[in-house]
Amino acid sequence: MAETGMKDEALSDVVASDASTTAEVEAVLDAPVERGEPILQVRNLVKHFPLTQGVLFKKQVGAVKAVDGVSFDLYQGETLGIVGESGCGKSTVAKLLMTLETATSGEVFYKGQDITKLSGRALKAVRRNIQMVFQDPYTSLNPRMTVGDIIGEPFDIHPEVAPKGDRRRRVQELLDVVGLNPEYINRYPHQFSGGQRQRIGIARGLALNPEIIICDEPVSALDVSVQAQVINLMEKLQDEFNLSYVFIAHDLSIVRHISDRVGVMYLGKLAEIGTDAEIYDHPTHPYTQALLSAVPVPDPEAREGRERIILTGDVPSPANPPSGCRFRTRCWKAQDKCAEEVPVLAVPEVFAGRSTLAAHESACHFAEEKDVVHAA
Amino acid sequence: MPELNDTATARATATVSPAGTGDVTPEKPKKETSNSLWSNAWRDLRRRPVFIVSAVIILLLLAISAFPGWFTDADPKPGDLTHFLQKPNFSHIGDADWFGYDAQGRSIYARVIYGARASIIVGVVTTAIVTVLGMLIGMIAGYFGGWVDAVLSRLTDIFSGVPILLGSLVILQAFTGRTAWTVSAAIGVLGWTQITRVMRGAVITVKQADYVQAARALGAGSGRILMKHVLPNSLAPVIVVATISLGMYISLEATLSYLGIGIQNGISWGGDISDGSEQIRNALHVLLFPAGFLSVTVLAFIMLGDAVRDALDPKLR
Ligand SMILES: Nc1ncnc2c1ncn2[C@@H]1O[C@H](COP(=O)(O)OP(=O)(O)OP(=O)(O)O)[C@@H](O)[C@H]1O
Ligand code: SF4
Ligand SMILES: [Mg+2]
Repeated sequence: MAETGMKDEALSDVVASDASTTAEVEAVLDAPVERGEPILQVRNLVKHFPLTQGVLFKKQVGAVKAVDGVSFDLYQGETLGIVGESGCGKSTVAKLLMTLETATSGEVFYKGQDITKLSGRALKAVRRNIQMVFQDPYTSLNPRMTVGDIIGEPFDIHPEVAPKGDRRRRVQELLDVVGLNPEYINRYPHQFSGGQRQRIGIARGLALNPEIIICDEPVSALDVSVQAQVINLMEKLQDEFNLSYVFIAHDLSIVRHISDRVGVMYLGKLAEIGTDAEIYDHPTHPYTQALLSAVPVPDPEAREGRERIILTGDVPSPANPPSGCRFRTRCWKAQDKCAEEVPVLAVPEVFAGRSTLAAHESACHFAEEKDVVHAA
Repeated sequence: MPELNDTATARATATVSPAGTGDVTPEKPKKETSNSLWSNAWRDLRRRPVFIVSAVIILLLLAISAFPGWFTDADPKPGDLTHFLQKPNFSHIGDADWFGYDAQGRSIYARVIYGARASIIVGVVTTAIVTVLGMLIGMIAGYFGGWVDAVLSRLTDIFSGVPILLGSLVILQAFTGRTAWTVSAAIGVLGWTQITRVMRGAVITVKQADYVQAARALGAGSGRILMKHVLPNSLAPVIVVATISLGMYISLEATLSYLGIGIQNGISWGGDISDGSEQIRNALHVLLFPAGFLSVTVLAFIMLGDAVRDALDPKLR
């Protein structure tokens, strides 16, 4: 990302026209993005996994609606937290952003270029700029490769990034950057602890100097004491390398520390999205309020008079989600309208135009503030 | 595999830069220069007694198969009935009567030496055919999935429905000048299904692993993913099955010979085992020597497979 300057015009040029050739795509991808400008724009992203029957002649009998119309922006230099219960489609969103899965419909614009339909060289070029850190550090590293080969693999795939003679040094630098001893280069993954392995995964993600890193629950497999270390490392790296993060977690308390904005997912859709303060202190969606009421609060005074919302019932199956609002089967405010109309993710009318932190996007017909946490 | 060579040279140049002192890696020797899976495995193998023993036995067997004349002056073919079922004479090491004589008065030692070639060829060649076919088909079916998998899996089902003994009997009936090679081809054409299934299962497991997703996310192509990630991680069960079935193929050749449809005009342990089993009551040694050689061969290959499998697993090093 050193060669900037001259590409400025290229960006506006090509984004305006419909960039289709590989060369044009590559020009777009090299262009710099100002801090605070959207670098990734997700629009109506949908992923349905077909449910089939039959052995030889497969017949589609339905679909798991893992992701069903998700839209958000990721701004350059920020951390966007994505939170939701197990099975709500977080990993599927991550894989769609990485184009590891093919979207059923919808677009992911990276610097204005839709990457969901790219293939071949253009896709490979995108992969240099968008990388991923996986949830499970025990399965995300090939057990039969040395750490040097794992972190060096990005250079084998993109030889233009580092000349051959330089690679060992680059790998050792990366080990140093993530806080591991550069002399560990010939060790195998099983000789490391979970936290150390996750650092190796982060080093691999950093190798190509990406602009965006998608982190799919990067610390949830780690001990609590190690979680903080890894999160601190990721924050340090974000400043150092000017990274934008999509940070996925199943628990609001983990993302609070690291994210600038937070999106709450429920059954394949975003329920609410806003800045840290908007989501944690002024949630308007009942689901967010319920999640927050379950977050432990250290201050005993704040705990007093704090209402705990206990959600009843199970999460419905994504193969057969409820009509209207997907949360209605567990929502204590649900009314007839909720079963008939799908609430859109937008600033609710009650708050529209008002300068309150409650005026942020929330997919609820009856959005209202409810003071669940007095801690702030 | 150009990729493997590429990385090997990359490492060779990379090691010029100052390496660590290695004080933190007690499990590993300090002066490691190359660190690919295969070179590490080889370094590890050379230190394993099981590997050394099995490798020596296998090399000896290969030498016997290639140059039987080096090991005996006796002729395995003509019988001399004055030696009818003569007992072994263990003090005459390497002589014609060392292992005694069979019912036709032929030197058992000479027959065991001259029979090695056919048996080893059938065992090794059949295993090679079966392993190559099975790994290839299993890998393609498992990795690409979809209709490719559906077609290949049904094909596997069809072939595995044919009993190998009966099937190879029918196939071999069509050949007149049957050699060890014809027998291997007949068994191999029918026998690939087991390794295909093992390989397909292993590949399906491995391809869902996060490290394969990570490689794809880095932009790795199918070739690289298959060679660097899928193959090394699905090899272990295939090695086990392949080395165990090697012995089975040698015995299968014996059965075919016994049924009169094996190697023609040739000497093989299989043929001699079936001859010897007729004498089991009055002269056990006629059966014992070819059977013993067969067992040691099978054991050597299983030990070799075990050692290779362990060496390919960094956790066991
Ligand atoms: N390849 C697939 N085929 C069919 N269904 C799938 C596939 N991958 C995911 N799903 C389904 O899609 C839904 C969302 O899965 P996903 O892994 O995205 O959830 P998640 O939010 O990441 O959950 P977790 O917190 O457990 O990781 C689940 O119901 C899951 O069963
Ligand atoms: S739309 Fe209705 S069911 Fe859905 S969250 Fe709002 S009140 Fe509850
Ligand atoms: Mg997940």
